[in-house]
Amino acid sequence: MGNTSSMLTQYDIEDVENHCSQRFTQREIVSLYQRFCALDRSGKGYISGDEFMSVPEFAVNPLSQRLLGILEGLNFKEFVAVLSAFSPLATINDKLDFIFRVYDIRNNGKVSSEDMIRVLRDLSGDFLTDKQRQAVVTQALEESGYSKDYSLTPEDFLKVLSNGGLKMDVEVPID
Amino acid sequence: MYQRHLDEVLADSGPKADDDLLRNLLDLSPTLSEAASAIIDDSFTRCFKSNSPEPWNWNIYLFPLWVVGVIMRYGILFPIRLVLLIIGWVIFLGLFIPIHFCIKKHEKLRQKLERGLVEFICSVFVASWTGVIKYHGPRPSRRAKQVFVANHTSMIDFIVLEQMTAFAVIMQKHPGWVGLLQTTVLESLGCIWFNRTESKDRMIVAKKLKHHVEDPDSNPLLIFPEGTCVNNEYTVMFKKGAFELDCTVCPIAIKYNKIFVDAFWNSKKQSFTMHLLRLMTSWAVVCDVWYLEPQTLRPGETSIEFAERVRDMIADRAGIKKVPWDGYLKYYRPSVKLTEKKQQKFAESIVRQLDDRKSTRSLTTGLRDGGLS
Repeated sequence: MGNTSSMLTQYDIEDVENHCSQRFTQREIVSLYQRFCALDRSGKGYISGDEFMSVPEFAVNPLSQRLLGILEGLNFKEFVAVLSAFSPLATINDKLDFIFRVYDIRNNGKVSSEDMIRVLRDLSGDFLTDKQRQAVVTQALEESGYSKDYSLTPEDFLKVLSNGGLKMDVEVPID
Repeated sequence: MYQRHLDEVLADSGPKADDDLLRNLLDLSPTLSEAASAIIDDSFTRCFKSNSPEPWNWNIYLFPLWVVGVIMRYGILFPIRLVLLIIGWVIFLGLFIPIHFCIKKHEKLRQKLERGLVEFICSVFVASWTGVIKYHGPRPSRRAKQVFVANHTSMIDFIVLEQMTAFAVIMQKHPGWVGLLQTTVLESLGCIWFNRTESKDRMIVAKKLKHHVEDPDSNPLLIFPEGTCVNNEYTVMFKKGAFELDCTVCPIAIKYNKIFVDAFWNSKKQSFTMHLLRLMTSWAVVCDVWYLEPQTLRPGETSIEFAERVRDMIADRAGIKKVPWDGYLKYYRPSVKLTEKKQQKFAESIVRQLDDRKSTRSLTTGLRDGGLS
């Protein structure tokens, strides 16, 4: 599967299917491959940050830079595995893991209030002051019974986010 | 998913007015879903995808047929067409250059002859790719205060339309031999150049356009309001420049039949020369051109609404879909203001949640104090 301009073989499709734990069907994987090749205009085998940003709907997203950190430079197999969190077949843990990953930029398994403020800055831009951001994060932690210096673990994420149900599904169009 | 209007994309993806503030902060799912949805499929990229037809030469008796076809196209048709094209150019230049430089006194005669010659060379071009073009509707008439607008798939749109009527067109200045043609031959028709990369350019061009349409002797003006080539299955937003000239707008719809070749010129993937070569080595270029009913600005209609209305007409006639994107996003990133709008919405909802809490807190304190006294 190294050369993206070649066709996917059945073996390749099954390999990708296993790698994403069957979260996508084979038809969806073929469709995703066409999309991958369309975005990877120069046929390098991965999609660069620039190529992602050429999709206007993605470029206007406040979290685009963070997502680029996770998505750019991946080969097709890894690309599908990362996106599998958005499949309707993904479990709530898959989705929570993805959200946790977006927060945990230093990859140390914990989300501190600093991490939360950083994401909040991406989401709110210049429309909140630093003071307001600090106040919101402190308030939110304390209201849920955590101290304001507490670092959230994946289990905390599960506790906070699971009871409302998480709507994070994206449909892959199949031609 | 593809028809989502820009407003919906900017729609509130902030937290809901739920009680759980921490949950609202941590729940990135709406924003992330939008991003993932855009990565997996987006209506803008679809506009510029060259959809290659299914290969039909896949079995043992069709393949030799296809090989014969290739030999015929490259070995017989292409040389004939090339010769035809060269002869056509020799005749054209042989007549155009003398006429352009020698007949300086009889301006009207010169213009008439030049127009005729341009129509001739465009017919030669069309013949060089065996263009099978069907024109529907009344032919454009020369009148003052009217402009023609059409959807844009390739530079050959201009040639296809020009062989019928000598339009003056407004186009992007190109490098190479195309640019040379632009500055010499096309300039005599009254064509106007613009430069996408220059920001002040739009005002200069608007002035030139106004000047042109007010001149009753100038050739009818043809504008491609999309501003870029689209793959003939979608239309991107029409720029309002053509619709603010206080003129009648005559829409023209162009639809290419992909049966032998896809006429979409993907300027990022191939040069115009390669594009022409591809057309010249295919069997034929088949297309339909519809001249539609002239439209004027309705009372109370803005020029943007006017542009959209005309785009509707063209998209309907040609049987192509509409998307709400600006074609220039092919060259530029979307404005930061769009992201800022989303951020503002989110910030406002956060401030609202903080304020709600402050007010309930002061309410309970007030009650407590009231109770005590």
